[in-house]
Amino acid sequence: MKLGGLLNRWTLFAALMLLVAAVVPNEYYFTLLNFIGIHTLLVVGLNLLMGYAGQISLGHAAFFGLGAYTSGILTATYGVNPWLALVLGLMVSGAAAFLIGVPALKLRGYYLAMATLGFGIIVYIILNEAQPWTGGPSGLAGIPSLSLGDWSFNTPTRLYFLIWPTVGGVLALSANLVDSRSGRALRALHDSEAAAQSLGVDTARLKLKIFVWSALYASLAGSLYAHTLNFIAPASFGFMFSIKLVTMVVLGGMASIWGSLLGAGVLTVLPELLTVFHDYEVIVFGVILMVVMIFLPQGLVRGLMDLKQWREFKREGGSIPV
Amino acid sequence: MEIFAPLLQYLISGLTNGAIYALIALGFGIIYNATTIINFAQGEMVMLGALGAISIYHLQPSLPLAFLGGVAVVTLVGVVFERLALRPVKDPNPITLIIITVGGAVFFKGVAMLIWGKEAYPLPAFSGNVPLHLGPATILPQNLWVMGLTALLVLALEAFFRLTLMGKAMRACAYNTRAARLVGIAAGRMVQLSFGLAAALGAGAGILIAPLTLGVYDMGTMLGLKGFSAAIIGGLGSLLGGVLGGLLLGVAEALASGLISSGYRDAVAFLLLLLVLFLRPQGLVGGQK
Repeated sequence: MKLGGLLNRWTLFAALMLLVAAVVPNEYYFTLLNFIGIHTLLVVGLNLLMGYAGQISLGHAAFFGLGAYTSGILTATYGVNPWLALVLGLMVSGAAAFLIGVPALKLRGYYLAMATLGFGIIVYIILNEAQPWTGGPSGLAGIPSLSLGDWSFNTPTRLYFLIWPTVGGVLALSANLVDSRSGRALRALHDSEAAAQSLGVDTARLKLKIFVWSALYASLAGSLYAHTLNFIAPASFGFMFSIKLVTMVVLGGMASIWGSLLGAGVLTVLPELLTVFHDYEVIVFGVILMVVMIFLPQGLVRGLMDLKQWREFKREGGSIPV
Repeated sequence: MEIFAPLLQYLISGLTNGAIYALIALGFGIIYNATTIINFAQGEMVMLGALGAISIYHLQPSLPLAFLGGVAVVTLVGVVFERLALRPVKDPNPITLIIITVGGAVFFKGVAMLIWGKEAYPLPAFSGNVPLHLGPATILPQNLWVMGLTALLVLALEAFFRLTLMGKAMRACAYNTRAARLVGIAAGRMVQLSFGLAAALGAGAGILIAPLTLGVYDMGTMLGLKGFSAAIIGGLGSLLGGVLGGLLLGVAEALASGLISSGYRDAVAFLLLLLVLFLRPQGLVGGQK
């Protein structure tokens, strides 16, 4: 039953992916979908961290940047094979996350938030200042596209068939992780750290594992981003982008793998729909973060569902059992 | 002598910025003590103070009025922010509260951009721009204003916490909220007061630094994050720690940008932050835990 359910869910995902590809009218929409995919990769990882490990990263853009710049510099400047560069990017980001996570996660409280915040700003400054390698504020151009043999992923349509199966894989992996022994331990950790510890869960190690996973997802997204745009600049990896990612997680709902897709989708499409959005982007993010956390802490989907149930409940003349 | 002259100059600029960081750090500490929240919107109070004072000065060119008016408006903003965004939270776990204050910060910054646009505005120095000579180095009157007023504010704050009933009540809440409630202290009022006080300190910092750096809508983020680093470096929640952390950070930054490279100036604060988090997470003077 479990396996069957899982199979169905993923065949549905694949069918939907093909269906979307069939109805999408032009390349512009493929580009948009590709960005949604890349953001989803970032958001799923951050969601695992925020929703399950109960920790927050305020510098996730840095891991995205490490992936993008490792791929970008190695392929554009040194001609390294893009797939190899991607793997090296994962190693760099994973190692960085490990080094920050080990000391920060031993302590209770906000320490990971603080450490990632500091780390994110340092990485951003280095990307701007280390001009000989990164190209500085004006960016790094000439990053080749990914290719398999002679097949180059150099158009939005082709990239769609690279990025979305990757998203599917990462979603499946994350769903598995959440349903596994580690996942159950994670949920225990989220409910009560003391209780989880008393049952023998090594909470610090578990949090570290999730944090490193989330950094790996971000790095993967970064490498894909670099090869999609063929150009990267530090402005895409700053503090505001870290905040944007947190907003996506919050909107989609913490501890919801599928909510990540929604959060990433809405906040990627919204700026495209509203031309005025760009100027007021910060205000909108601020309002979303505050309003959702105050009124719908479960995120948009579950929050609205709860609200609807509540209305129906009231209409039927129900009263709250005390 | 030749090496000494620039060093003294770095020290002056370092202590000036350090005083500003210290004021911001104290704001973080006061709110942390009252609520254990880290208020990431603190930096935006600095920006609102600076721009608010500049606007008031534009209407009525009197510096004392601009200073007091700016501080008053921002204090109100701080109190209202707590009332509208933090108190209604039903399930106040740390991650929710952090996200809300981050949302508040982003919101204030966006609103400031809407009101003041993206240009930077000047505020005249409090007593002219004729540099004074201090041995081989020069010092602007505004530098002295920043350091002097900061010292005064810190002393006033210390006196408030030690000598007044309200200050003692706030300290009682910081030690043990429940016990403070039992002896009849209105803990909710103390939380409100802490947000007002922190916002006032931030606004004061912004108005003091505005004549040296100009006031612009996005100045708060970096200043806030550095003030936060200063608070952690010194020991979050400690008055002495906040001041020490701020001054240390200011001087380290000035030395690094003077002697190593000015491009990496902003990284110093965060390197120190990481270093302290890993080696001595309770901060330089923090002893608890």
